[in-house]
Amino acid sequence: MSELALDREIDRSKMKVSDEVAIQITDMNKWYGAFHVLRDINLTVNQGERIVIAGPSGSGKSTLIRCLNALEEHQAGKILVDGTELSNDLKNIDKIRSEVGMVFQHFNLFPHLTILENCTLAPIWVRKTPKKEAEERAMHFLEKVKIPDQALKYPGQLSGGQQQRVAIARSLCMMPRIMLFDEPTSALDPEMIKEVLDTMIELAEEGMTMLCVTHEMGFARQVANRVIFMDAGQIVEQNEPEEFFNNPQSERTKLFLSQILGH
Amino acid sequence: MSDISFVRTEMLPPKDPPASEVGVVGWARANLFSGWFNSILTVVSLYFVIKILIGLIGWAWVPTWSATSLPECRVIFEELGRSGHNAGACWGVIAERWPQLLFGFYPNGYEEGTADLRWRPVLAFVLLFVALAPVLFSDKVPAKLIYFTAVYPFLMPWLLWGGTVWTPVSAALGFVLGYVVYKALAQSTSELIGLIVGVVAAFVWWLFVASLFSSALASVVPLALESVESRQFGGFMLSITIGVVAIGLSLPIGIVLALGRQSDLLIVKTLCVGFIEFIRGVPLITLLFVASTLLNIFMPPGTNFDIIMRVFIMVTLFASAYMAEVIRGGLAALPKGQYEGADSLGLNYWQAQRLIIMPQALKISIPGIVSTFIGVFKDTTLVSVIGLFDPLNLTNAIRADADWNGLVWELYGFIALLFFVFCFGMSRYSMYLERKLQTGHR
Ligand SMILES: Nc1ncnc2c1ncn2[C@@H]1O[C@H](COP(=O)(O)OP(=O)(O)OP(=O)(O)O)[C@@H](O)[C@H]1O
Ligand SMILES: [Mg+2]
Repeated sequence: MSELALDREIDRSKMKVSDEVAIQITDMNKWYGAFHVLRDINLTVNQGERIVIAGPSGSGKSTLIRCLNALEEHQAGKILVDGTELSNDLKNIDKIRSEVGMVFQHFNLFPHLTILENCTLAPIWVRKTPKKEAEERAMHFLEKVKIPDQALKYPGQLSGGQQQRVAIARSLCMMPRIMLFDEPTSALDPEMIKEVLDTMIELAEEGMTMLCVTHEMGFARQVANRVIFMDAGQIVEQNEPEEFFNNPQSERTKLFLSQILGH
Repeated sequence: MSDISFVRTEMLPPKDPPASEVGVVGWARANLFSGWFNSILTVVSLYFVIKILIGLIGWAWVPTWSATSLPECRVIFEELGRSGHNAGACWGVIAERWPQLLFGFYPNGYEEGTADLRWRPVLAFVLLFVALAPVLFSDKVPAKLIYFTAVYPFLMPWLLWGGTVWTPVSAALGFVLGYVVYKALAQSTSELIGLIVGVVAAFVWWLFVASLFSSALASVVPLALESVESRQFGGFMLSITIGVVAIGLSLPIGIVLALGRQSDLLIVKTLCVGFIEFIRGVPLITLLFVASTLLNIFMPPGTNFDIIMRVFIMVTLFASAYMAEVIRGGLAALPKGQYEGADSLGLNYWQAQRLIIMPQALKISIPGIVSTFIGVFKDTTLVSVIGLFDPLNLTNAIRADADWNGLVWELYGFIALLFFVFCFGMSRYSMYLERKLQTGHR
């Protein structure tokens, strides 16, 4: 079992799940053409939760979290994010997107802009933050992800791990209330995985609401408060990490765990 | 200890490369004589290049600048002891006719009682570079200059065609009006409604109010340049005017068409695809014939729609269709993640296009865009088929003069040189731009 090689104790003082609902999904269904990728999804995420979504390839994990900020459209059911319903209304969608940060497997930084510009672009254009303030905030978050000295470089000049940390900083600059991660470490070499996970752990320690699709089971065990297992477009099992790993209920979960944990 | 065990105790310093790898000798060896086949090719090519150069210089290097007719040139050749068909170049024709090749029949003040107005196209040409500077070299000139760039599209036609200053002013006011209407409505209702009403307002202004407005003001403040008619335009100035207008307009129109082609709205998409495919499927000459003859059929009788204006429209449409496809190539080369990155940050469609997608798509398309520019610029010579006096058509007029009857190479060579200078300039600029926009690998 891959434990996190963390050289410090995780500070759980601020990792508190509140009663306030951050995301509520009811009877959500999605099709790609005739292919039913998400089936009757029901999920309530409270403010401050750290949820890891696991499951075999093609089970619909990415599709699920991409529905939460309307990168994919759902065809049936209801998604409420911070009390706003995701409908076809573009104003609602842009509002939700600016409150929900997203980090992608392939970073999706803007290669024609410097790191600093990547981080200030959305605050300036979407939030109408004055440039100077946006830059100060960007530097603050770049310091937080430990790469303030790269601010004037272009994404192409950074390593994968650094790029992913910039992507996290870029999302944070919008002051999101919820962060979505879609396999943020899957495109990285092992030593870079650690620096990105460190950043994510710090974020969790500050009480951020997080939904992570990841295969890092160490992260799930130590940071998540809930693990969701998906297969064939459905939520098959969800539980606290300890229970989930030590005492899986469904056969599919057992099979999956035995495959990725390698025993 | 085994034989294969080895530990380096001291690191090797770098040594100078052997002489055969660097310097002129090394370069020639690597590039010209890297094998017997390449060596033969090099020698044969060198032979032909030198042969052509000797012939060309011998032909061009003759003291015929002051000759006033072809027979006079012949006399000079005879004195030099040359004879035959290609005895030498008769440069007198260029010396005498270069103003015509550059300006066509633009008022030159040769006749009694007329003024030499050729300073106007020259000034327009010089100002063109001032207007382009903030666009082409944004990091090297003051940013305020961009205001002049915005004024230039209205200044240029005024300088070239003359007339009252209020015509371009009222044309510009149409844009201002459209923008104000758009801003007002986009705030209170939706962006789309604002856009549509704004465009409609601008067109209403241009079609119904603008001419009244400008003639009213002209009678109060008669500030005007002497007018020049379109049929007096000609020569290189005509090519540049058509080229600049078509190039300047085809880029924005091409962007809109390329975006329209990707649109989710079926009507928009169909219209754009239909337009692009139709224009690309028709030769430019056909479009120009349509412009010169057929277009009159669709116009209400009595309207006299300026021929150069019609050519502008056709060449611009033609260039836009090609531009749209070039830009579509750039858009297609962008990874989907760029759209998702922009979307996930809450940027709306236009912000994403303007800030994220277009800068990258255009950068990828620079070589294609500049190729299209160059192609359009050279295609402007096709207007000779509808009777406009572009430089090529002017050579016919010049040869019709008994003094210069029979001259070909000198005239065409001169025109080719001028075109080459412009096209080569554009090509070099695009390379400079590509280098400048390079931001790390990928
Ligand atoms: N744009 C699309 N059009 C059609 N089918 C799609 C599309 N995107 C994904 N799918 C299909 O939907 C299913 C779920 O895809 P999704 O990307 O959500 O899986 P995933 O659980 O994230 O897998 P992975 O672990 O490989 O990333 C897959 O079977 C995939 O083939
Ligand atoms: Mg996925």
